[in-house]
Amino acid sequence: MKILVPIKRVVDYNVKVRVKSDQSGVETANVKMSMNPFDEIAVEEAIRLQEAGTAEEIIVVSIGVSQCQETIRTALAMGADRGILVETDQQVQPLAVAKILKHLVEKESPQLVIAGKQAIDDDNNQTGQMLAALLGWSQGTFASRLQLADGRLKLTREVDGGLETVSLSMPSVVTTDLRLNEPRFVKLPNIMKAKKKPLEVIPMDSLGLDTASRVKILKVEDPPHRAAGIKVASVEELIDKLKNEAKVI
Amino acid sequence: MAVLVVAEHDNAVLQEATLNAVTAALEIDSNVSVLVAGKGCAAVRDEAAKISGVSRVLVCEQDKYEHQLAEPLAGLIVSLADDYSHIIAAATSQGKNVLPRVAALLDVAPISDITDVVSADTFVRPIYAGNAIATVQSEDAIKVITIRPTTFEAAPADGGSAQTDVLTAPDDSSDYSRFVGEELTQSDRPELTSARIVVSGGRGMGSSENFQIVEALADKLNAAVGASRAAVDAGYVPNDYQVGQTGKVVAPDLYVAVGISGAIQHLAGMKDSKVIVAINKDEEAPIFQVADYGIVADLFDVVPKLTESL
Ligand SMILES: Cc1cc2nc3c(=O)[nH]c(=O)nc-3n(C[C@H](O)[C@H](O)[C@H](O)COP(=O)(O)OP(=O)(O)OC[C@H]3O[C@@H](n4cnc5c(N)ncnc54)[C@H](O)[C@@H]3O)c2cc1C
Ligand SMILES: Nc1ncnc2c1ncn2[C@@H]1O[C@H](COP(=O)(O)O)[C@@H](O)[C@H]1O
Repeated sequence: MKILVPIKRVVDYNVKVRVKSDQSGVETANVKMSMNPFDEIAVEEAIRLQEAGTAEEIIVVSIGVSQCQETIRTALAMGADRGILVETDQQVQPLAVAKILKHLVEKESPQLVIAGKQAIDDDNNQTGQMLAALLGWSQGTFASRLQLADGRLKLTREVDGGLETVSLSMPSVVTTDLRLNEPRFVKLPNIMKAKKKPLEVIPMDSLGLDTASRVKILKVEDPPHRAAGIKVASVEELIDKLKNEAKVI
Repeated sequence: MAVLVVAEHDNAVLQEATLNAVTAALEIDSNVSVLVAGKGCAAVRDEAAKISGVSRVLVCEQDKYEHQLAEPLAGLIVSLADDYSHIIAAATSQGKNVLPRVAALLDVAPISDITDVVSADTFVRPIYAGNAIATVQSEDAIKVITIRPTTFEAAPADGGSAQTDVLTAPDDSSDYSRFVGEELTQSDRPELTSARIVVSGGRGMGSSENFQIVEALADKLNAAVGASRAAVDAGYVPNDYQVGQTGKVVAPDLYVAVGISGAIQHLAGMKDSKVIVAINKDEEAPIFQVADYGIVADLFDVVPKLTESL
């Protein structure tokens, strides 16, 4: 079985982003970029399936600027076998990402796609579900446990009420939640090895797909500022404030 | 224009978030239908018909809708789409699961987790864990939207008398997903996302036994219990307690953060609370930057005292 893992290059989760003064977006120049954390979990899960003998090949795909090659190399250093960059300088929204991924799935014929549940920049939480729809495949979102058995996929999902277990037809698109696994650290020798792994670069425009944005970003602003309050010295003072000042208890 | 709201329910009761979704829908257009798909869900149908402002309730009962699996449910919603300019659900784990699938089948770009309706095609949504607020305009003929329940008032659950229509399900013999089972967290406490008071514990709690300190305080306040990701990852509490960018978003009147540092991912889920209290022994903890009232102290000292004094 082949597994395809889409990975997005995003502003690192530790960075507190700044909104640009012209309200066109957030500042990404000279900001630390990393692999979307949910995608690291996806790569890790694919590697574990390979280590268990269930998967033969892991292909990672990133759609974006040329620097996404670094993100792909990170995934290759973790243990993925080869990478594909669909290169573009444009912003690509989830519907277009899903169409590009569908195209690659048809070309590469993986049995399983493992994506992140959410890219932590735009917080969309859409792409995996959309890809499953376009392919006419089953979808297993927010996975915290994944087992292949008898030609189906048994998946435990993190839902609002707790956990839900479903059995999915194959092929399938799965999206990862935080508790699925803990991604490994990349070892130095593996970074060297990853440099020799194949990485194909395809210009997005050469695919001939409809990748136009359907959602126009009119402006991006700072959130309302929440001022820090006061420190209270005792439990009595806190209760007094909550009762008589804030009037919430 | 007409708006379709996808109801969320467990065949027995309607989830409160549906009422918030109805309010968002009414901000777009006064012609609002609610879809109740399920099995043996007559009680939910009746509840939905009473929601103030709803014109029509569409009911579709089939085995395949019993567990709200994304594939059949998306097929049903798509079969209704021609009659609607907007399809809306709450940004719950169910809404997030189903609506993007609907959108892709309709070849439209969904808009997730909106916090405000500017006009019929323009919406506000937080990005980057709420550190930036985007105003976006949809260019698609049908808008497929999930709404953040905490930012829209709940529509009154009574006062409406919607017409009810029974739908025939579209042909669909597909076998994508099968429901196997669920482990739902049982609790007599208020529901986390709609509770008036929330008490959350973080890594500082140290163990699941110690988490009882937070639970005791919550019980005294008749509050829901939440947690940081670190507390969930460490196994102190179940996953559905997680508050934050990638967990639940809450906005109660009072949020008490105990032993939580205040990472941006956590703040994303609670900084719209009316009043925030932080209890943390590190006075530099970022949580104090958003707290109205902070106590710099050992939680094992302060929290039991607080519970006792209330
Ligand atoms: C992709 C991604 C998504 C994430 N999503 C979320 C999310 O949705 N929600 C979320 O919460 N986090 C999320 N996180 C994690 C987040 O970055 C932080 O790691 C997490 O919030 C930290 O939890 P914490 O504050 O409990 O732990 P810590 O940061 O370790 O803080 C523990 C605090 O407890 C205090 N403390 C310890 N002992 C005591 C004591 N005895 N008395 C008083 N105070 C004490 C310490 O001073 C410290 O401030 C996410 C991270 C990533 C990468
Ligand atoms: N530009 C991209 N390149 C590769 N994968 C992506 C891209 N955008 C989204 N994805 C995948 O889709 C998941 C969900 O993203 P989103 O729907 O944008 O929140 C991510 O975790 C990735 O696995």
